[in-house]
Formats: sequence, structure tokens, C-alpha cells
Amino acid sequence: MTFLDQISRYDYRDVQRAINSKTLRDVDRALACERLRPDDLMALLSPAAEERIEAMAQKAHRITVQRFGRTILLYAPLYLSNECSNGCRYCGFNAGNQVPRRTLDLDEIEREALVLHDKGFRHILLVTGEQPRAVDNEALAAAVRRIRPLFSSIAIEVYPMETDGYRQMVDAGVDGLTIYQETYDRKLYAEMHPFGKKSDYDWRLLTPERGAAAGLRRIGVGALLGLGEFRTEGFFVGLHALHLSRHFWRSHVSVSFPRIRPADGGFAPLSPVSDTRFVQLICALRLLLPDAGLVLSTRESALLRDHLIPLGITQMSAGSCTAPGGYATKDESGRQFAIDDDRTPAEVSRVIRSKGYEAVWKDWDEAFLEKAG
Amino acid sequence: MDELIIAGRKFQSRLLVGTGKFASNDLMLASMEASGCEIVTVALRRVDLDNPGDDMLAHIDRRKYLLLPNTSGARDAEEAVRLARLARAAGCEPWVKLEVTPDPHYLLPDPVETLKAAEILVKDGFVVLPYINADPVLAKRLQEVGTATVMPLGAPIGTNRGLKTRDQIAIIIEQAIVPVVVDAGLGAPSHAAEAMEMGADAVLVNTALAVSPDPARMSAAFRKGVEAGREAYLAGLGEQREQAEASSPLTGFLRD
Repeated sequence: MTFLDQISRYDYRDVQRAINSKTLRDVDRALACERLRPDDLMALLSPAAEERIEAMAQKAHRITVQRFGRTILLYAPLYLSNECSNGCRYCGFNAGNQVPRRTLDLDEIEREALVLHDKGFRHILLVTGEQPRAVDNEALAAAVRRIRPLFSSIAIEVYPMETDGYRQMVDAGVDGLTIYQETYDRKLYAEMHPFGKKSDYDWRLLTPERGAAAGLRRIGVGALLGLGEFRTEGFFVGLHALHLSRHFWRSHVSVSFPRIRPADGGFAPLSPVSDTRFVQLICALRLLLPDAGLVLSTRESALLRDHLIPLGITQMSAGSCTAPGGYATKDESGRQFAIDDDRTPAEVSRVIRSKGYEAVWKDWDEAFLEKAG
Repeated sequence: MDELIIAGRKFQSRLLVGTGKFASNDLMLASMEASGCEIVTVALRRVDLDNPGDDMLAHIDRRKYLLLPNTSGARDAEEAVRLARLARAAGCEPWVKLEVTPDPHYLLPDPVETLKAAEILVKDGFVVLPYINADPVLAKRLQEVGTATVMPLGAPIGTNRGLKTRDQIAIIIEQAIVPVVVDAGLGAPSHAAEAMEMGADAVLVNTALAVSPDPARMSAAFRKGVEAGREAYLAGLGEQREQAEASSPLTGFLRD
């Protein structure tokens, strides 16, 4: 059974109504549970749960410390290209946006990689748009092989591939895949992705399964917060993560919480998510998924990020630049979105330590890969 | 309707019973009747499938009960596969409760041979229900090769000791994508209820019924235990409260 089969049993509006009808009693029941059922997740995401936000935070904190210890894994995104044939209305790389387009060659990629390596990063996330003329599987595999000696873990956040494409990535040395559904609301998805390959909801929804089937060991999912109604999105992203961890149990699943930031093109969030609700969402998903990695990017402010460290987050990016070539050249034109927390990785690492946590730079080894590239 | 679905087949009852150890066929039948079961497991080594007059088989109404042959006594994959194929050749439905128990003392299942046999039998078209130790990774390996359920033991077979493997079974239930049938070791209706409260899809009981001074009455009691546990699970149990002190507020920084 695929996640498409599972999600097809739900109606987005019905779920939204069910979540909104949860009572404080439902919330307290869910808070007392060791393992949540879908109904309990709805309760924790409900408006009623806002009254129990501190209790949720305490429990999320306890579970996270028990499973992960006091650690935060640091990683950095490396943008290879901002060329894109899709029309995602919220994205700075949108094909319709008049921004400088750039695709790095192998030497430029290596220069970026060296900068990140020098800053201490050993976990890296390669990012591209969807434009086969700029970056195709061969080019991506070549980039991975070139920078592989510098990193212990290489993940990709690129266009969706067929299973064979992901096998090619595994062979080249990729161990992780991040792919966001953006919104689980089919109707809204169609509006947000009017053209390009990305307009195919089902193809995108099943991407994590293709990646996991190909042997990728770490799979990241998420919804872009600010598009769909966040409670319902949280419900589906939770079910998605659960589905993946049950059906592809050799892979470790993580959930990201990207909140829409100002981007070139000037897209305004359709349904903004407040800080309180953001915290509620993170805590609810931690309670549902005790073992999942929960990922926070530099989209969030330094202040908020610092406070979120004890709340269930296990991975953070730091010192990110979202423009191809931006680390080496300091040129940020053509970026995907503006970051908020602009502290250096060293500063972020100091703050993590000052909170009594350990900043982890390496938590993987290429020895885990089945085949050498 | 809250149904148990195994390999696409629907059952109302979540109590499976065994046919061993009964003092007479009459007591066995009375027990089956009182338990409300729809699936009964029969040791292939105990029956003569080729003989329509086999004493035990002749007593079981196959329109009412799904006969689930088990391979009890098999010491390795090869023996188990052979037994299963013989049963099918003799006209049984291609369902098999896979038991590979080389240790004659505690009858604990051999994980390596069970996995091997399951793979062969699934490819051969059988609906395979494997009896296993409460090992979550083994459960996942088995569902991956296509078994219809997993059947972790609560305690060694025939011991009546209850859910000694509770924590491991909880993990199996949490992670499984096939029905979880807790098998072996359940000695009291409260044990069966406990398994069902945890979210097990069904339980299988034999010894506790068969060796009771009043098998039919005990079967009825188990039936109630299973139903009570299932109802409680569906209603949603309130778990015991953690007495946690909120030391320093984690959300005090929120201003919106």
C-alpha cells in the first residue's frame, strides 16, 4: 500500500473540521498516550490544544532528550542551480521570475563545498531547481562524486526522480533525500503549481517512497507552512512520516518545518503560521514520532531558533546561503528566499553549547553506503 | 463494522483457538462453540487429511470454521514447507500457520528457518501466518516477504504466563503493516484483554482452554476478555499519568 492509497481515504476539509472540533478532553487524553492514534494527533493539532502548549512542550522535550540526548546536528544547504521550469507561485526560482539564473560547474561546486567544509560542515544538502538542461541525473551524480571526499553525508533536495535515478544517486554517494509535498491539499496544490512537472501531485507524493525503495537511508518530508491550513497539513505530514517509517523501516524519517519567507516574486503567505502555532505543530509531531529527526532551517529568527532547541528539534542548518555560488562569492542575487538567522555556524554552535546541548557535525559515515561510487 | 481482515478475508471474531490437548472431541467442539471463534488451528501431524473419517477433522464443520493447518513439530524450513504442501494437496485451503520449533522443550520458534520457510510458502501461493518470538525486526522481515500476519508469542507455548514479552509486542503492534495476532502463553482472559487493549488485532489461545476443568466456560470467558480488550482499545484508554513537574517553562518566550 502506498501513501497515495492511504491519503485517498481522507477528505482534506473533513479532516480540517474534525481537528477543529477536538475538545480539551481529547487533548488531555492524547497527552497521556504513549503512542498516538490519528485521532490523538488531530487533538494535539487542534485549537483546543493551544491551552496545553506548555504541557506539550514539556513532553516533547522529555521524549527528545530520551531518544536523541542533548544534541543538535548541523548541516548546510549547497545550491547547485536556480534554473527551474516549474511555476511554484511561492518560490524565488519560479520560471516566471526575472532573476539572475546560474548553474555551477564542477569547479564552482567544489569551491562552495570547500567553504562549507572549512566551516566545519560534514553533512550537506544539495539543492537545485527542476531543469534537466541545467542539472540532470548525470550532472548531479558527478557533483556528488566530486565533493564526496569532503563530507560524511550528502543529501539531495532536487527534482523528483524515478527509482532508478535514486539508485544512481545512492551509487554516487548520496544517502539522504528531502522532498516536501508543499501542501497536501490537492486543490491548493494545483493552484500553487500551475505548470511544469511539479504540477503532478501524485508523482510528487510518492517520491519519498521511490527514494526509500532505492536504498536512500534518510528521508525528509514536510509541508511548506503558510500555504495550506497548518493543522491539516501537520496531520498529513505526520501520517506521511509514519507511513514511510512503517513501510521503509530501514530508512530514518525526518520532518522539516519550512515557514514561508519573503522571496523574489513577492509571494505572501496564504495562511500565516504564528510562533505559538509553529511550536504547537513541532511538539505535536514529536509526540507522534518519537524517533523522527525534526529539522529547522535558517528561515527562522535567531531568537526563535534558540528557544526551539529544547523543544524537539534535532537538526538545524546554519550560516545558509540560498543562492548558487553564494558561499564563495558572497553574491546572493538569485537566491531562493531570504534567511532570517544570519549568524555564522560557529556562533550557532556556541549558542547550542550555551544551552547545554552538543553541536554535532558528523553523524554518518560513507562506510554505511552499500556500494562505493 | 469492526472486522479482522487477514489476506482480504473478513472475520468477526478476534479469538483464534487451537485444537490440541482437549480431553475429548466433544469438549473441543463445545470450546470452539463457546469461544465464538471462526479460525481453528490444527496440527498437521495430528490429523490424517487423506482419511475423511479422521476423528478430529470429521467433527469440525468447515463451513463454520476456517481450518488453519499448522506445521507444529517441524524442525526446519524444509519440513515445514513439506507439511504445508501436503495439507494443500489433501484439499485444505492454502492457509498455513507456520511453526518451526526445533527446540522440543520450550517449543520456541526458529527465526532463521521461519523466515526461510515463509518466503518459500508465500511464493508458492500460501497465506502464511508465522509463529515467532516477539522480535520486531523479524516481524518486519516477515511482512516484507509477504506473510499475512505476524504471530508473536506472549510467553513460551503452554505456560499460561501471560504477556511476558509485552514491551516487544508493543513495538511490533506500533510498526506492523499486517495484523498482529498474539499467540502462545496467554493463560487467562485478562491476558487476552491486555493484548487487545494494547492494539493487537487478535489472539490465539489453546492450552488455557483445553486444560481448563470446564473448557467451554473458559472459552466463553476468553471471548469476553478479547471483546472487552478490543472495545477498550477502540474507545481509547486513558494511560496512567506521568507526574511531571514543569520545572522551567519552555514556551514562556511565545508572545503571539
